[in-house]
Amino acid sequence: MTTETHLDDLAIKTEALSRIYKIRGAKKGEMRERVALEDINLSIPRGELFGLLGPNGAGKTTLIKILTTLLSPTRGRAWVAGFDVVRESDKVRPRINMVSGGETSGYGLLTVRENLWMFAQFYGIPSRQAHQRIQTLLEMIGLADRANTKSSDLSTGLRQKMNIVRGFMTDPEVLFLDEPTLGLDVQAAREVRAFIRRWMDENPSRTILLTTHYMQEAEELCDRVAIIHEGRILACDTPDHLKQEVQHEAIFQLLVETEQPLNSLALENLPGVLRLHHQWMNGGLQLEISLAEEGVLPLVIGELERQQAHLRSLQKRQPSLEDVFVQLVGLRMEEVERERGNGYHPNTQE
Amino acid sequence: MSVVTATTPIRKNSGWRLFLQTVIGRAYPRVIGQQREKSWMFFEVLLPLINVAAYVYVYRAIGAPEDYVGFVVIGGAMIAFWMNVLWSMSSQLYWEKEQGNLALYIISPAPLMAILLGMAVGGMIATLLRAGAIIALGTWLFNVQYVVMNPWQLLAVFVLTMVALYGLGMMTASVFLLFSREAWHYVNLAMEPVYLLSGFYFPLKNLGFWVALGASIIPLSLGLDAMRQLAFRSGPSLGFLSVPLEIGILSVLSVVFLVAARWLLKTLERLAREEARLTENRR
Ligand SMILES: Nc1ncnc2c1ncn2[C@@H]1O[C@H](COP(=O)(O)OP(=O)(O)OP(=O)(O)O)[C@@H](O)[C@H]1O
Ligand SMILES: [Mg+2]
Repeated sequence: MTTETHLDDLAIKTEALSRIYKIRGAKKGEMRERVALEDINLSIPRGELFGLLGPNGAGKTTLIKILTTLLSPTRGRAWVAGFDVVRESDKVRPRINMVSGGETSGYGLLTVRENLWMFAQFYGIPSRQAHQRIQTLLEMIGLADRANTKSSDLSTGLRQKMNIVRGFMTDPEVLFLDEPTLGLDVQAAREVRAFIRRWMDENPSRTILLTTHYMQEAEELCDRVAIIHEGRILACDTPDHLKQEVQHEAIFQLLVETEQPLNSLALENLPGVLRLHHQWMNGGLQLEISLAEEGVLPLVIGELERQQAHLRSLQKRQPSLEDVFVQLVGLRMEEVERERGNGYHPNTQE
Repeated sequence: MSVVTATTPIRKNSGWRLFLQTVIGRAYPRVIGQQREKSWMFFEVLLPLINVAAYVYVYRAIGAPEDYVGFVVIGGAMIAFWMNVLWSMSSQLYWEKEQGNLALYIISPAPLMAILLGMAVGGMIATLLRAGAIIALGTWLFNVQYVVMNPWQLLAVFVLTMVALYGLGMMTASVFLLFSREAWHYVNLAMEPVYLLSGFYFPLKNLGFWVALGASIIPLSLGLDAMRQLAFRSGPSLGFLSVPLEIGILSVLSVVFLVAARWLLKTLERLAREEARLTENRR
């Protein structure tokens, strides 16, 4: 079986794709290498809304840059809409578009409508058709009343809606959305997600690759999700299947009141306790605890009593993608990001 | 629920139509947008005129021939083009990169050369407005007398100067693809010496033959020299080279710059793609 035979049905395919960045070291003339992507193999059929979920620095943007012809791979190959992103970039480009979170594209002196019209020109869309389409999409996303506002006067949320229209108006076969709801308030994020879903539902041949580090966004929106960490894909499946991996675990949320610090090690070492996570919440301590089976719960409660921690509430929780991530990586996503924030770069080598 | 987006497939032009649409699209913000903030009339017409006035009074005080006043007005107008090329062509791709526009240009099917050309055409039109205002006001204020024997040649010189100048701008713009913050300094570095070398305010000939010849690499120098010869009574006697020769050199420069721009753009775009410099700095 050659790749060519089934490339037609695939919107995106990558083969052992890797990217290494060269970065300047602390010392003069010293060059270090950072592995941003390693051995990525993906096959995304047409019609899929595919999510790439991973913490800061996982390599999500790097992958999108390669697939949108902005960056060369160091090794491996990639195809988008059936064409090689390196050798046939001129065939890839008319078929794709990209929107990134926090994007500041366009020109502030132009109105929303003018900015969008300008970008339509770069795709060869005739003016009249461009204007019709822009109007339709502006109405769909609720920005029509601001069409004649200078884009420099838009709030972050409205600006991102303009960017979304820019990406969707060229009707790309494959659309790349890099953290499209980054920095948006709850309401605007919800509207953008609804717009994305609606656009997918309208035409079964459309494909979206979306990156996010919001678990819930991936879960709510995506047909399939790949979990990416330190440049590698750790798992790739539908959200339901991914969660089934951790389904056999029982996950409880407990709120306890305690005078003295909790000895969490003692809890973790109880037989049948798989993972424990705790954080202070207005006055109490919130524990999230994964058990091999429900029967272990009395042991946990017994240990809490022994430590004179009073149970205030107890709740069984459905597993989420967060649990899948923890199972794969051993840390919660926010913990990974905190460590990175402290200058921790596991994938940097001399 | 609207199904409009699903039922109307959109037409997308390619080839020369796409090229043309791209040029117009990218020129638009400069032709329309840049005139929106009326402050340009102050910063880009009145301030340069004050500069011109300073030279005019100096020349009058020392009793220089009256044609020198005209040289200064023309020079003041042409400086506008030079500033435009420096700030809105050469360093432009760096700003576009920081803003996130460059990435969108590259992933689009539009040729990057058409984007650059759009920037050039738009900048030229916007600047023409400013330069025209400077000439009109300067001529009126200082009562400049022109003697134009050959208007077609004058037009040809102006057009060729523009092509060569913006060709140079397109060429340096592609070099800036590889630069990051230091871009700023190079532009500043290029600004001052050019004021002197291109003879904005005095005949190029005064620099001496070899310096003048070196300065001719900047298309403005020869362009201005030829324009002075074609527009003023004393112009021909103060010219550096003969007008036909200057036209010849300007034509060669135009071709060289445009061809080099095309080649550099291709090569440097590839290099920038490999070295991860097409997008804003590491996030
Ligand atoms: N131009 C660059 N030069 C050097 N290193 C880079 C560059 N761009 C990214 N990196 C590094 O490559 C790794 C992957 O970065 P990338 O931007 O792809 O991550 P990401 O998953 O998009 O993260 P985020 O959620 O923060 O957007 C990180 O360690 C990052 O620091
Ligand atoms: Mg990113």
